[in-house]
Amino acid sequence: MTVALPLLILATALVPCVLTFFLPEHRIKLRNGLNLGGALVKLGLVVFLLVEVARGRVYDASLELAPGLVLLLRIDALALLFVTLSTMLWLLTTIYAIAYFDGRPNLSRFFGFFSLCVFSTTGIAFSGTLLTFFLFYELLTLATWPLVVHKGNAASIRAGRRYLTYTMLGSAVLFAGIIWLESLTGPAAFTEPPDLSAIDPWVLRAIFVLLVGGLGVKAALIGLHGWLPAAMVAPAPVSALLHAVAVVKAGAFGIVRVVYDVFGIGLVDAIGMTLPLALVASATIFYGSLRALAQTEVKRLLAYSTVSQVSYIVLGAALLSPFGTIGGLIHLVHQGLMKITLFFCAGIFDERAGVHAIRELDGMGPKMPVTSVAFSIGALGMIGLPPLAGFVSKWYLGIGALDAGQGWVVVVLAGSSLLNAAYFLPVLYRIWFREAGTNAKNAARERPIALIAPPLVTAAAALGAGLFAAFAYSPLGWATLIVERQYTP
Amino acid sequence: MTTLGLAPVFLIIVPLTAAFLAVVAPWPRVLVIGAVPLMLALTVALVMSVWRDGPISIAIGGWQAPLGIELAAGGLAASFLATTTVVMTIIVLVALPAFGNRHGETRTGWAFWPLAFMMWAALNAVFLSGDLFNIYVAIEFLTLATLALVALEGKAGTIEAAMRYAIFALFGSLAYLLGVVLLYAAHGTLDLDLLAAATKGDSASLVGAALITAGLAAKTALFPFHAWLPPAHAGAPAPASAMLSALVPKASFFVLVQFWFVVMPEAAGPLFVQLIGVLGAAAILYGSLLAIRQTRLKRLIAYSTVAQIGYLFLVFPLAGGDSAAQPWSAGAWTGAMLQAIAHALAKGAMFLAAGLVVEAAGHDRLSAVHGLARTMPITAFTFALSSVTLMGLPPSGGFVAKYLMLTSAFASGQIVWALVILTGGLLAAAYLFRVLAPTFLRSAKARADIGAVRQALPLTLAATSILLGLLSAQPFEFLQIGRPQAATGGLQ
Repeated sequence: MTVALPLLILATALVPCVLTFFLPEHRIKLRNGLNLGGALVKLGLVVFLLVEVARGRVYDASLELAPGLVLLLRIDALALLFVTLSTMLWLLTTIYAIAYFDGRPNLSRFFGFFSLCVFSTTGIAFSGTLLTFFLFYELLTLATWPLVVHKGNAASIRAGRRYLTYTMLGSAVLFAGIIWLESLTGPAAFTEPPDLSAIDPWVLRAIFVLLVGGLGVKAALIGLHGWLPAAMVAPAPVSALLHAVAVVKAGAFGIVRVVYDVFGIGLVDAIGMTLPLALVASATIFYGSLRALAQTEVKRLLAYSTVSQVSYIVLGAALLSPFGTIGGLIHLVHQGLMKITLFFCAGIFDERAGVHAIRELDGMGPKMPVTSVAFSIGALGMIGLPPLAGFVSKWYLGIGALDAGQGWVVVVLAGSSLLNAAYFLPVLYRIWFREAGTNAKNAARERPIALIAPPLVTAAAALGAGLFAAFAYSPLGWATLIVERQYTP
Repeated sequence: MTTLGLAPVFLIIVPLTAAFLAVVAPWPRVLVIGAVPLMLALTVALVMSVWRDGPISIAIGGWQAPLGIELAAGGLAASFLATTTVVMTIIVLVALPAFGNRHGETRTGWAFWPLAFMMWAALNAVFLSGDLFNIYVAIEFLTLATLALVALEGKAGTIEAAMRYAIFALFGSLAYLLGVVLLYAAHGTLDLDLLAAATKGDSASLVGAALITAGLAAKTALFPFHAWLPPAHAGAPAPASAMLSALVPKASFFVLVQFWFVVMPEAAGPLFVQLIGVLGAAAILYGSLLAIRQTRLKRLIAYSTVAQIGYLFLVFPLAGGDSAAQPWSAGAWTGAMLQAIAHALAKGAMFLAAGLVVEAAGHDRLSAVHGLARTMPITAFTFALSSVTLMGLPPSGGFVAKYLMLTSAFASGQIVWALVILTGGLLAAAYLFRVLAPTFLRSAKARADIGAVRQALPLTLAATSILLGLLSAQPFEFLQIGRPQAATGGLQ
C-alpha cells in the first residue's frame, strides 16, 4: 500500500491525460467525466493521506534507472501541502474551464495537456530526490508550453517562444547545479541530505547559486521573471491554475526543498547565502509591485502581482527562524487561493463583459456583483487585510524576521503592503464607486454557475484560511506541523 | 551447436538472402512478412543468449581465428544490433505502402528493397565481425548501399549529394584499408582480440590506428568530415534517410569504439582523446547552429544528426585514455552508447515522420508542419517525443545518456565538456522548437490523407526512445557485458 499510493495518486492525473488525448473532439461528456472524475478521486485520496501523514506515516516508491539515477516518490507533510493545494484547485479549475471553453475547438488536446501539467505538479511535490524533482519540473515546462500557445495565433507562438527561452535556460542551469552537486556527493535524496561538510564553501555557494538561479526562473525572481507577463496570452484557466499556482509554485517549492532538504537552513546560513537570498526576494517583492502599479491591463497587473507575491515564499525560506518558514509555507497556499480567485474573476470579466484594460472595469460592481465580491476579497487578501489569509502570512513572516534578527524585512513587508494597496485599491474603487462604463453597461449576466462558483469557493477558502487559521488542518496548522518536524528531527 | 546458437550467422544471412530475392522476385510484401518476424526472433535469441551466458563468439566452419572467420557479440554489439532490428522493422513497414506497389513498378520501388535488405545485412555484419578485414568488407557493403540509396531519387541534386558522399566514403575506405594493412604487416593478425594482445604502442600500430580513425571518422561524418551528410540524408527518400541518419553512422562509430576501447586502449594518449573531444564538441555546436538556420525540414533534421553524432565522440575524453581506469568512465562510456541507441530510435522516428509530412504537404519547406497538431496529431506527437530525446530532456533515453556523460564530466573536472553538452541541449531545443511551435498554428492547409497506422509506426520508435530512459537500468547492465574495462557501476 505504501508503494501503491503515490503511484495511484499520479495515475489519477495521468490516466485522464492519456485517454483524453485519444478522445474525439465531440465526446464532450466523456471528456468532462474523465477529468472531473480524476480530480475527485485524487481529492479523496489526498484527504485520506492528510489524516495518515498527520499521524506520522510516510509513503514512498522508487525506481532505479541507471546506477545513481533513482526516481524516488515520497509523500511527506511538505509534499502534501503542495499537493492538497493543487488538487483542490485542479478540481475547481476543471469545472471553470469546462464552462469557459464551452464549444471551442481543440479541447481534447487542451485537457490532455492540462492533466499532464497536474500530473507533473503532483510529481514535483512527491519528488524525493533532486533528480526526480528535475524530471517532473522539466515535464511541467513541456506540458505548459502547448497551453501557452493554445490559441495558435502568432502572438501566442511568440509568447511561447519567450516562455521556453526562459524556462529552458533555467532548467539547464538547474541541471548543471544538480549534476555538480551529485558528482561530489552522489544522489541527493531529500530525506538523507548529502554530507556537504567536506566541500569547499565556494563550491557550495556556486552550486547554491546555480540551483536557486535555475529554480528562480519559474519562481519569477527579479530579472528572471520576463516570461510570466508574456505568458498571459494563454486562456484564463491556464493563467489561473498554471501561472498563478502550479508553475511559479513549482519554482518556489523547489527553492524551499533546496534550502531545507538539500543544504539545510543551517548550512545555507553558515555559507552566508541566507541574506543574499532574502535581499533578492525583497527586491523582487518591490519590483513586482512597482511594475504592477504601471500596468493598464488586468491580467498583466495580476501577473506582476504574482511576481511580487511568490517571493514572499522565498523570503520565508531565507529567514533562519521557524516562524519565517511557517510564513513562507502558508503563503504558498494563501497566495494560491487568492491569486486564482483574481484570475478566475479576470477571466469572467473578460468573457462576460469583454474587459481587458483596468479602466474598462468602471462600475462593474453593481452589474456583476458576485464576481466583483470575489475579486475584492482576493485583492484585499493580497494587501494583507485582517482577517484574510494574506494577513496571516505577513504576520508570521514579520515575526520570523524579528526572530531571525532581520528587522529590515519588516520594513519590506510594510512597504510592500502599501504598494499592494496602491495598485489594488484603485481597481476596487473603479469596480465599486465609478459610474458604469461601456463594458459594465453591456455586461452579460453572470452565468453559467460552473463559471461563477469556482472563484466564490476560492474566495471563501481564502477568507476561511484566515478566520480558522488555528484549526489543525488549516494551512497554518499544517505548516506548523511541517516546521515542527523540520526543526525537531 | 544448436540452431539458436547460430543466430548471429542467420542475422546476416537472412537479410542478405532477402536482398537477393528482392532482385529476382520483386515481391516486397512477401519478403517483409517473411524476413521481419524471423529477424525479430533471431535478435531476441541473440540478446537472450548474451544476457544469460555472456559474450558469444562463433568460428564459422570450425576454423578458429586467425585463420577462420569469427563472429562475436558482447553487450555492445548485441544492443546495437537489436536497435538496428527495431529501427529497420519500423522503416520497412512504413516504406511498404510507398515502395511496395507492384503495379506501379518504378525504378525506385524496384531498387529500394534489395538496397534496404543489403544495408540491414551489412549493419549486422559490422556489429558481429570479430576482425578488422571482415569489418572492412561489411563497411564497404554499407557504403555501396548508402551510395545507391542517396542517389535513388535520380534528381540532379541527389546525384551530386551521392557523388560528394562517394568522395568522402572512398577516402575513408582507403585510409581504413591502409591502416589495416599496416597493422597486419606489423602483427600478422587482424582478429580484434589477438591484435589487442599484440599491439604495444609501436609506431606502425600508431600510424595504422591514426589512418583507421581518420577513415572511420569520415564515414561517421565527424566534424570537419560532415559536409557530405546533410545533402545526402536530406536528399534520399524518407525511409532511406531514416536508415542513413539513425543507423549508418553508428556502424562506423561502433568500429571506432571497438578499436580504441578493445584493441588499442593504451594508445589513446591525452592529446588524442582531447582532440577527438574538440571535434565532437565542434560538431555539436556547429551542427546545431546550422540546423537553426535551415529552412527545409529534412535538412534541419540532417544537421541535427551532425550535432548528435558529436556527443558520441565525447566518449573519448570522458572515458578513453587516462580516464579509462577511473570510476567515472563506466558512466561516460555507457552514456555515449545509450546516446547512440537513443539517437537511432529518435532520429529514425523523426525522419519517418518528416517523410509522412512531406508526402502529405507535397514539399519539405518548414511551413509543411503548420497546423500539424490538428491535421496529423499522431505525427505531431511523434515529432514531440523524438524531440524530447534529442534535446536530452527527462525521462528520455537521451536524458539518461547526457546525465551519465555530464556526471562523468563533472567528476573528472572536465567542465568544458559539460558546458558543451548543456549548450548542445539548449541549441537542440532552439532548432527543434522551430519545427514544434508552428504545429500549433491555426492556419492549416488542406493535405493528403495519411493512414493512422502508418503514422503510428514512427510513434512507436519515438516512444521506445523515451522508454529507453525510463527503463535504462537493464540496458545499462546489458551494455556492460563483455566490456573490457570492468564496470564499476557509475557514481555511487
